[in-house]
Amino acid sequence: MILRLAIGSLFARALTVGMTVLAIALSVALFLGVEKLRTGARASFADTISGTDLIVGARSGSVQLLLYSVFRIGNATNNVSWESYQDIASRPEVDWAVPISLGDSHREFRVMGTTPEFFRRYEYRGGRSLDFAEGRGLDDLYDAVIGADVAAALGYEVGDPIVVSHGLASFTDHDDQPFRVAGITARTGTPVDRTVIVSLQAIEAIHVDWRGGGKTGATTPVEAIRAMELTPTAITAALVGVKSRLRIFTLQRWINEYPEEPLLAILPGVALQELWAIVGVAETALVGVSAMVVLTALLGMTAMIFSTLNERRREMAIWRAMGARPATILGLLVLEAMLMAAAGAALGAALLYAGLAAGRPLIDAAFGIWLPIEPPNARELWTLAAVIGAAALASLLPALRAYRLSLADGMMVRT
Amino acid sequence: MSRPEPAPGPALAPAPRAEPRPALALRDVAFAWPGAGRGRGGFGLRCPDFSLAQGESVLLLGASGSGKSTLLSLICGIVAADAGVVAVAGTDLRGLSAGARDRFRAERIGVIFQQFNLLPYASVSDNIQLPLRFAPERRARAGDGAAEVRRLCAALGLPADAPEIPAGRLSVGQQQRVAVARALIGRPGLIVADEPTSALDAAAQDAFLGLLFGQAEAAGSSLLMVSHDPRLGKRFDRVVRIEDIAAAERNP
Repeated sequence: MILRLAIGSLFARALTVGMTVLAIALSVALFLGVEKLRTGARASFADTISGTDLIVGARSGSVQLLLYSVFRIGNATNNVSWESYQDIASRPEVDWAVPISLGDSHREFRVMGTTPEFFRRYEYRGGRSLDFAEGRGLDDLYDAVIGADVAAALGYEVGDPIVVSHGLASFTDHDDQPFRVAGITARTGTPVDRTVIVSLQAIEAIHVDWRGGGKTGATTPVEAIRAMELTPTAITAALVGVKSRLRIFTLQRWINEYPEEPLLAILPGVALQELWAIVGVAETALVGVSAMVVLTALLGMTAMIFSTLNERRREMAIWRAMGARPATILGLLVLEAMLMAAAGAALGAALLYAGLAAGRPLIDAAFGIWLPIEPPNARELWTLAAVIGAAALASLLPALRAYRLSLADGMMVRT
Repeated sequence: MSRPEPAPGPALAPAPRAEPRPALALRDVAFAWPGAGRGRGGFGLRCPDFSLAQGESVLLLGASGSGKSTLLSLICGIVAADAGVVAVAGTDLRGLSAGARDRFRAERIGVIFQQFNLLPYASVSDNIQLPLRFAPERRARAGDGAAEVRRLCAALGLPADAPEIPAGRLSVGQQQRVAVARALIGRPGLIVADEPTSALDAAAQDAFLGLLFGQAEAAGSSLLMVSHDPRLGKRFDRVVRIEDIAAAERNP
């Protein structure tokens, strides 16, 4: 009965209560949304590369190696010689190895040379393989496969010519050997979307007339280049899969202690975690801000309860006259606050799901973050419970004042 | 001082056929609001002797400031007397804790204010049954609450669909009758009414008092009504001026 009366009392003040509930709902939706985005971004980030057991590059830091080999951010300090790569690829533990060669660019996008096996071995988001939205993989020497972002940003279609620039942000183009867009990969939400992929041989081919970072005067005809061996002398990094996961650490140690050349082998998952620890600072700040928004909404509710106390003294006197203790009055106000918070939390969760359903394709398309729509997890349920608990706590201030007022007023209100 | 009608007290009433205990008895009561100087702080009241027999109706006449609110607070157990005895149905309220007094009030006393008696957002039925929520014994006496609400509403001339209507939608006169039903449900021994007719016109006052008296009599409840209007006195067994039974003291 008291619950029914509390609900009735709230409905009687529908406008102010409604605004308060809405404020709580929006703040809860924001908080849960930030949480969702955060976990989604983290999962998406951790899923940037999967199925690869080790990434091998010249010796530097693990985060740096991850950044340039997977995220195409920054540059390699050194290359890995083709001989070392062959040594690693022929180790008994190794199931497969995919070399990648970076260093050139097309407009603002990096060009990556690799073998066709890359398209079979690169996995993301827990085992998904690369798909072609249009066209097909590398076939001819001068074929290029572009990521979805590249195609969208530059308006390329299959068959369009591409000229690769030497180095990054340079004015020297490999315009003597233009490429042709052979395929466009489906959106992955990974750095592949922003990469132009060509064959390892093509990287060699466009540098035939280059020596030590400068163009020699000679211009070898394309027909002659096609006839060449085009084996690279060095690569930037390699993705390696092992036959048995139990052997990963053995192989890693072997590579790290490779005597011919200083090399580094990293576990992508571990390096991704390290990197997230660096980028993740912003996420914590975001959570802090959205938590403050929830607190602000609850403070607004407390202020609302305070402001209605005076006009509700009559009501409190009726409760007292009917035999309610001052503690009952206190409980009534706390109950009302918890009901408002519960309504706000429920509405906020509903808003979140509605927003997710509406915004999910957009977020996936824009940021490559796929947000799962699933029943609230334990953490989210705890968050909602915490909001209701915090509301109860915040309402104690006005409730205690009501307690004191009803002690002083009794059943006679002096107005 | 001796009281004319009721037996002196439980201790002196060993005879099996003794007169019943008074519904209300105040003796040598002294009380002052705490917190001198603030609000009603410092305002005090003395009441040497006043009692109400079972089934008796008394009109207590007093202007505002005469201490009637303080007296009603004492009788209803909102505050406890500093000295003396405030006994309702033989139970001295001073011997009870604040929480026990609240419970006792819910069990034994029906309260009617001059106006704004009801929770406007709650249904008439919920309003009438509200005291039962805090008084299990009274709830047991009331039996089937919903049926009792319907019976009281009918007896008080409220529309048949009244119980389901939010109390705020009723007219002032109807609201006062709902307040009577709420005071009477579960047959508390004492009805305390604080100027219940002041918001009504003369004709409505008379009809209201008729209903109140009829139902209080049917329930066997004593009635203590406070008013400033001596014209109401003709229906009551006794009319008492508050000055004659209690002395208000300012800043004692």
